[in-house]
Amino acid sequence: MSHYSAWSLLRHALDGHRSWAPAWRDPAPRRHYRVVIIGGGGHGLATAYYLARTHGITDVAVLEKGWLGGGNTGRNTAIVRSNYLLAANSRFYEHSLKLWEGLTQELNFNVMFSQRGMVNIAHSNAELSALHRRGNAMRLNGVDAELLSRDDLGRLMPALDLSPEARFPVMGGLIQKRGGTARHDAVAWGYARAADARGVDIIQNCEVTAIRRDGDRVAGVETSRGFIGADKVALCVAGDSGRLAAMAGLRLPIESHVLQALVSEPVKPMLDVVAVSGALHFYINQSDKGELVMGGDIDGHNSYAQRGDPEIIDHVVESAIALFPAIRRMRLMRAWGGTVDMSMDGSPIITRLPVDSLYLNGGWCYGGFKGTPAGGTALAHLIATDTPHPIADRFTLTRFDTGDLLDERGAGSSPWMH
Amino acid sequence: MRIPCPNCGSRSLAEFSYGGAALDRPPGDIGPSPETAPAWDDFVYRRDNPAGPLRELWFHAAGCRAWFVATRDTRSLEFIAEVTP
Ligand SMILES: Cc1cc2nc3c(=O)[nH]c(=O)nc-3n(C[C@H](O)[C@H](O)[C@H](O)COP(=O)(O)OP(=O)(O)OC[C@H]3O[C@@H](n4cnc5c(N)ncnc54)[C@H](O)[C@@H]3O)c2cc1C
Ligand SMILES: [Zn+2]
Repeated sequence: MSHYSAWSLLRHALDGHRSWAPAWRDPAPRRHYRVVIIGGGGHGLATAYYLARTHGITDVAVLEKGWLGGGNTGRNTAIVRSNYLLAANSRFYEHSLKLWEGLTQELNFNVMFSQRGMVNIAHSNAELSALHRRGNAMRLNGVDAELLSRDDLGRLMPALDLSPEARFPVMGGLIQKRGGTARHDAVAWGYARAADARGVDIIQNCEVTAIRRDGDRVAGVETSRGFIGADKVALCVAGDSGRLAAMAGLRLPIESHVLQALVSEPVKPMLDVVAVSGALHFYINQSDKGELVMGGDIDGHNSYAQRGDPEIIDHVVESAIALFPAIRRMRLMRAWGGTVDMSMDGSPIITRLPVDSLYLNGGWCYGGFKGTPAGGTALAHLIATDTPHPIADRFTLTRFDTGDLLDERGAGSSPWMH
Repeated sequence: MRIPCPNCGSRSLAEFSYGGAALDRPPGDIGPSPETAPAWDDFVYRRDNPAGPLRELWFHAAGCRAWFVATRDTRSLEFIAEVTP
């Protein structure tokens, strides 16, 4: 792997950037691998990378039915934070955030991690109390959190409507200064390049169509490019988790739902934090290109359509205009959807499945991008050692039978409510 | 999305609440009995989650306030079968 640096950029500038080598190989699938990972999104690629880097397991293939990062990794709004309430989630996402802080250097690939601050806005006293509680929980868990007054919010976001006539009065807020955004595709590409350099085969346009079993054990996968044998197989397919599990005869505590996002036309810098309003189910930040990136809730019914209802877009735009009236005449440029893997308690699942040597990384709901480095670390550890990584040992499948749930929002077993 | 309410006809998604997959309630009482617990765990937490036709519950919250069962294709988002009140 050629090292990326200011020097290599200069050197390649001399011939008009015509001599860059491809960032990863395009190998034909071999007949057998020690580990086959299904899904070339962030989690699958990160798992392959940490298998090679941390555990020295390089006889690994990542199989992707389309192109790398073409699933939720390339569709998400790239918010990275660790402002969780429950200890198990806090531990995992804080570990992930620490990995994000060194990821560009680790991968020698600029993932454009921008710790611009993650702000939660409260519109009522009750909501403010809930943010105080969350901030205290975060600090007890060793995560940075600071309360914000209305004036603080006004200084951070001059465009925010703080007037008494505001449709949604602003009472205060909470900031995690280490939170922010990253470049979504770069995460997939960076892990792919670094895994490939350690010998991992990354195979695109290769759809898994069946999982072959040998008794209680997984034997390999049927694909659009033929059968590929494997000692171990891992599912990292987000919204397709249910489909892949069905191929192994399993049912999961996961439903597939659509989550939408949208961007405005680009404008000059006007918002340099990530802002979230829990009451409005709304969030917004400004991309490096100047677009306002916005999103809201999932549509709220099972869907594999990768597109959603205009009703949600209406709601998001109305929220944006209510909070930031200055943007009311801006044009919407694009809206899209991704199929998210909503688990029954809103928390992820990283586990061995009831079929021997079959593993699952899923249940990321609307927030698994920020968990990419830690999700890959934890699944690689589980595959290599068959014991759960301590940062993810509560993300079990059995918790749904034992009652040891991780329900951040207290919404119960209705995945569309999390 | 338009939803075919058996009482009110085709109405906008905004008027409805979702009730999830229409599953058969397992026999017996919910509770920690070793005989019934697995079936109840399954009922509450595990789903077929099909990419295709799904029988599901809808509630016409801003209309006639009736629950009904409809079958929808989760890929095309089209309602494909008769609704049953
Ligand atoms: C609109 C939107 C906004 C979001 N915003 C945020 C956010 O701000 N912050 C955050 O942390 N998270 C966010 N998320 C969630 C986040 O995107 C996901 O949780 C995360 O990217 C999941 O990564 P993954 O690698 O598991 O899945 P994916 O990136 O979806 O990768 C799974 C891959 O598996 C492949 N695949 C599926 N079936 C097969 C098969 N049979 N054979 C081979 N390959 C297969 C798919 O093509 C896909 O590329 C958002 C999601 C959406 C949709
Ligand atoms: Zn009705």
